[in-house]
Amino acid sequence: MIDPLRTDLVPLAILGGIGTYAARALPLLAPGADRLPAPVLAYLRLIGPAVLGAIAAANVFVADSSLRVGPEAVAVVVGALIGHWRGSLLVGMAASVIAVLLLRATIAA
Amino acid sequence: MSSAAANELRAARRRLAIDSIGIWVLAAVIGTIFGFTAREGGLSLVETAAFSAILFAGASQFAAVGLLAVAAPWASIVLLVWLLNARHFLYAASIAPHAAALPRRVRAGLAFLLTDEAFALTSAHVARLGRIDLPGAWYAGLAIFVPWNLATLAGWLAGAALPDPATIGLDVVFPASMAGLAVGLVRDRAALAALAAGSAAAVGAALLVNASAAVMIGGLLGPLVGLVVANRSRGAQ
Repeated sequence: MIDPLRTDLVPLAILGGIGTYAARALPLLAPGADRLPAPVLAYLRLIGPAVLGAIAAANVFVADSSLRVGPEAVAVVVGALIGHWRGSLLVGMAASVIAVLLLRATIAA
Repeated sequence: MSSAAANELRAARRRLAIDSIGIWVLAAVIGTIFGFTAREGGLSLVETAAFSAILFAGASQFAAVGLLAVAAPWASIVLLVWLLNARHFLYAASIAPHAAALPRRVRAGLAFLLTDEAFALTSAHVARLGRIDLPGAWYAGLAIFVPWNLATLAGWLAGAALPDPATIGLDVVFPASMAGLAVGLVRDRAALAALAAGSAAAVGAALLVNASAAVMIGGLLGPLVGLVVANRSRGAQ
C-alpha cells in the first residue's frame, strides 16, 4: 500500500524541474533578444514548424527503433491536411482519431 | 487600438481558444495516463503531483517514472530529464524576440509554462498577430498546466477504471496536435522546407541515434534547410 502523502521523491521532481526551467527561461530572460541579427531571427522563426513536425514524425514514423508507416502515421498526416484545409486544429485532431479507428478496424477485419 | 486591430485580436484569440480545446483533451488524456502510470510505478499522490506541478514536462515525467521503476540512480534520471527537455531552449529562443519588451517577472512566469503544447499554441498565436499577446500567452500555458495537473490527480486516484486510450483512438491525439499546429505555421516555402526537413531529420535521428535526441536534431537542422530555401528563392528573384 502506497502512502499517498509520502514525499521522498519530491526533491527529484525539483532537481528535474531546475534544469527544465533553465532551458525554458534562459533565452527568455537573456538581454538583447529583440536585437538579434536578421538571419538569427529568420532561423528562430523556422524553429516552430521544424520542431513540431519533428515531434509528430518521431512519434508516428518510428516504433521500436525501426521505421514504421502504420495507421497512426497515415491518420496523423490525413488529420493535419484536413485541419489545414478546414482551418481548424480541432477538426484535424478529430479527423486523425476517426481515421486511425477506421484504419485499425479495416486492418483487423 | 483601431477597430481593425481589435477585430484581428478578437479573431486570433477566438482561434486560440478553439485550438486549445484539442490541447485540453490531450492534456486530460495523457495526464490521466501519467497519474495512473506513476501510481503503478510506486509513486505517492504527493510525489506524482509534484512531478506534474514542478517538473511539468510530459515525456520526461514518463521517462523518470520508468527509470524509478528499475531503480535507476537519481543522477541518471535527472540527466535524462534535462536532456529530454533541452529542446525547450529552442522554444524559448524562438519566442524571446517577441517577448523582449515584457517585464522580466512576466517572462520568468511564462517560461515555467513553456511546454511543447504551450509553445505550439503560442507560436501559432504570435504568427497570426505578428506580435506576442500577453493574455494569449498566459492562456496557452495554463491551457496545459491546469488540465494536466487535474488529470494527473484523477489518474492516480481512478486511472485503473479508465479505458485504454488506444481503444478509442486517443493515442494519436498528441502527434496529431503537433502535426496540425506545425502545418498551421507554414506560411511560405522556407517554413514548409523547415517542417519537412525537421521531420525527416527527426525520423533519421530516432532510427540512427536515439529517440530523445531526435526532436532536438530535427529542430536544429530543419530551420537551416528553411534558410537555404529562403536564400535560393531570393537569389532566383
